[in-house]
Amino acid sequence: MNKKRRAITKEIIIDGGVCKGCHICIDQCPEDVFEVSKTRSTKGYLMPVVSRIDDCIACMLCELICPDLAITVETTKDEK
Amino acid sequence: MHPIAEKYIRKSALPTIFCPGCGHGTVLNSFLRAVDQLDIFNTLGLVSGIGCSSWTPVFVNTDVMHTVHGRALAFATGLKVSNPKLDVIVFTGDGDCVGIGGNHLIHAARRNIDMTVFMLDNGIYGMTGGQVSPTTPADAKSQTTPYGNPEPPLDVCALVVSAGATHVARYTTTQPRTLISGIKKAIAHKGFSFVHIISQCPTQTGRYVYGLTKPDEYVRMIREQSISLAAAGKRSTEELKGKIITGLLHECSDRPEFVETMTRLRRA
Repeated sequence: MNKKRRAITKEIIIDGGVCKGCHICIDQCPEDVFEVSKTRSTKGYLMPVVSRIDDCIACMLCELICPDLAITVETTKDEK
Repeated sequence: MHPIAEKYIRKSALPTIFCPGCGHGTVLNSFLRAVDQLDIFNTLGLVSGIGCSSWTPVFVNTDVMHTVHGRALAFATGLKVSNPKLDVIVFTGDGDCVGIGGNHLIHAARRNIDMTVFMLDNGIYGMTGGQVSPTTPADAKSQTTPYGNPEPPLDVCALVVSAGATHVARYTTTQPRTLISGIKKAIAHKGFSFVHIISQCPTQTGRYVYGLTKPDEYVRMIREQSISLAAAGKRSTEELKGKIITGLLHECSDRPEFVETMTRLRRA
């Protein structure tokens, strides 16, 4: 991992109440952190699930591009 | 839900009416972040017309005027002149802004009134079922042009520059960081700011015009087509064919602003 990077991803929360399963986040993620869920959400969509959180580089692209503001990337500041 | 959405969105209106993968949601996302960074939520006056794009400000928990088709700019002009302290922001679509209300756009730009116009361009009348709009690409098949669109698309940015707008920019929904900084610049500019945002409509444009069934393929296509103004300067005209040039296209400050002129006349 890049030493200059300050933030480390702690958790990626996807809100099932507003996500519509467009899968733009899955396609746009540069590190392929997401995967398509095998079960449907309460709204009936195949939502993305976080499968490889260790690969996340906290670029925030999924959070910024999400059309339904469903994704929250929680990061911690690296002490170094 | 994201903390920004918790803070600014009308929760009773959720989930949004947009189809899965609609670019207007990304514009809403970027707009809320720009508002948060500029800290102008208490002075916002949002105006919109009719269409999918015009639903964008309705979800923001502030004063919103959802007005008649094509006439959002006329309402916004009245709002700004009556209360110049407001940051008037208009959300409009390609059909609403240049199709139905093209005349209002030209004259709002001519007056150089201090407002910001976001034209969310998905290249089709999406809400009514996919009819051809002034920015639909030539030869595109839509519901009203089944043999291909015989008309070339309108370059709206060139139109508003020639009409007298003092800040004209073009961005796409696929580059959210550039979009947020562009929205902030446009809101901060004093005078008529026009921002042309290329958005995706996976339901109509994606399916009928480009033959793409998935929103993610469509987003990738727009991202591959877009090219920054600085990079476009080094390329030839042939290389730029079919490309979307993004960035701040025009900015000047030598024209008088309409509300200032009106205030001066009132005092005289």
